[in-house]
Amino acid sequence: MVAKRFPVEAGHILMFARAVGDPNPVYADEDYARTTEAGGIIAPPTFAQASAQFDPDYFLRPKIGQPWFGSGRNPTGVTRTEGGGGGGGGLHAEQHFEYHRQLRPGDVLSATVSPGKTWEKEGKRSGKLVFSESVTEYRDQTGELVITARSVGVRTERPVDQK
Amino acid sequence: MALSASKLKAGDTHTERLVEDLKRTQIVQYAGASGDYNPLHTDEIFTTKVAGYPSVFAHGMLTMGMTGKMLTNYVGDARLTRFGVRFTSQVWPGDTLDSTATVKAVTERDGVRLVELDVSTVNQDGVQVLSGYAQARVDP
Repeated sequence: MVAKRFPVEAGHILMFARAVGDPNPVYADEDYARTTEAGGIIAPPTFAQASAQFDPDYFLRPKIGQPWFGSGRNPTGVTRTEGGGGGGGGLHAEQHFEYHRQLRPGDVLSATVSPGKTWEKEGKRSGKLVFSESVTEYRDQTGELVITARSVGVRTERPVDQK
Repeated sequence: MALSASKLKAGDTHTERLVEDLKRTQIVQYAGASGDYNPLHTDEIFTTKVAGYPSVFAHGMLTMGMTGKMLTNYVGDARLTRFGVRFTSQVWPGDTLDSTATVKAVTERDGVRLVELDVSTVNQDGVQVLSGYAQARVDP
C-alpha cells in the first residue's frame, strides 16, 4: 500500500473503531478524550492499515470501469489465472507496528514502502508457501516518523486445508 | 488507567473476550473502514466457488484490531510502543475469540519504564488464531 497523502480524519477513526468493536470514547468523543492522558482523539493501534483507502492503485478495491474479481453475474468477474490458491492475491501472515507517537485527526501522513525479504516454506495445509515482507514508514506533514509498519504476506499453492 | 511497573510481575495476565459469534456484517464493516475489499472476506459466492474456502473469513487485521482493544484496555490509551502479530489460523463467521496478554518482563529504556507482553488470541475451540507481542509505557 502506498498512500502518498493519508489525511487522518476523526470520522474515519470513529468508523474504524466501530469496525473493530472498540467502544472506547477516546476514539470518538473529543470532549471526553481531552480529559484523558491522550489529550484528544487518537487512532486505534491498527488504524494505519486504513491507509489502503488512500492508495489510488490499491488492488483490493473495486475501481470504476475496471474488471473486479468478486462475484456479480458470475462467481468471479475476471478470468482466473492459474496458481496462487485462495484467490485474492494471497493472505496476510504477519503484521508489526512500531509507534513513535500517537496518530491524531489532522495528521497528514505519507507512506514510503520498501520491499524486504522473501522466503519459501513447505506448508502442511496449503502446499508451497511464498512469504514476502515489506516495510512501510508513515511520516507526518513535518517529516516526523510516526509509525513503522512491517507486513508479511504469503501466497499459498492451494487454499488452506480446513482439516 | 495506566499500569504501574512496581505492581507488574512476569506471568501476570489480562484476558478479554473480543467477540462472540462474529457476524459477517462486522467483517463487511471492517472492509469498509479499512479499505480492504478483498472478496475473500465479504463475498460468499466468490470465496466458496472460486477460491475454494468453506465460507468468507475475517481479515487478519480485524483480529489484530480486536486484539488491540484488549491491549489498550489493559495498558491504557496512548501507551503502546510496539505491537506485532502472526496470523496462525483463520477466523470464521460464528467464531468467538478470547485474547490474553501475559507479562514477560518489565524493562527500562532511556528512563522510560516499559512492559513487554506476549499476546495470544484463541477461538472457541482453543485454537490459536493470533500470536504476538506488545510493548507499552508504564508508570514507575
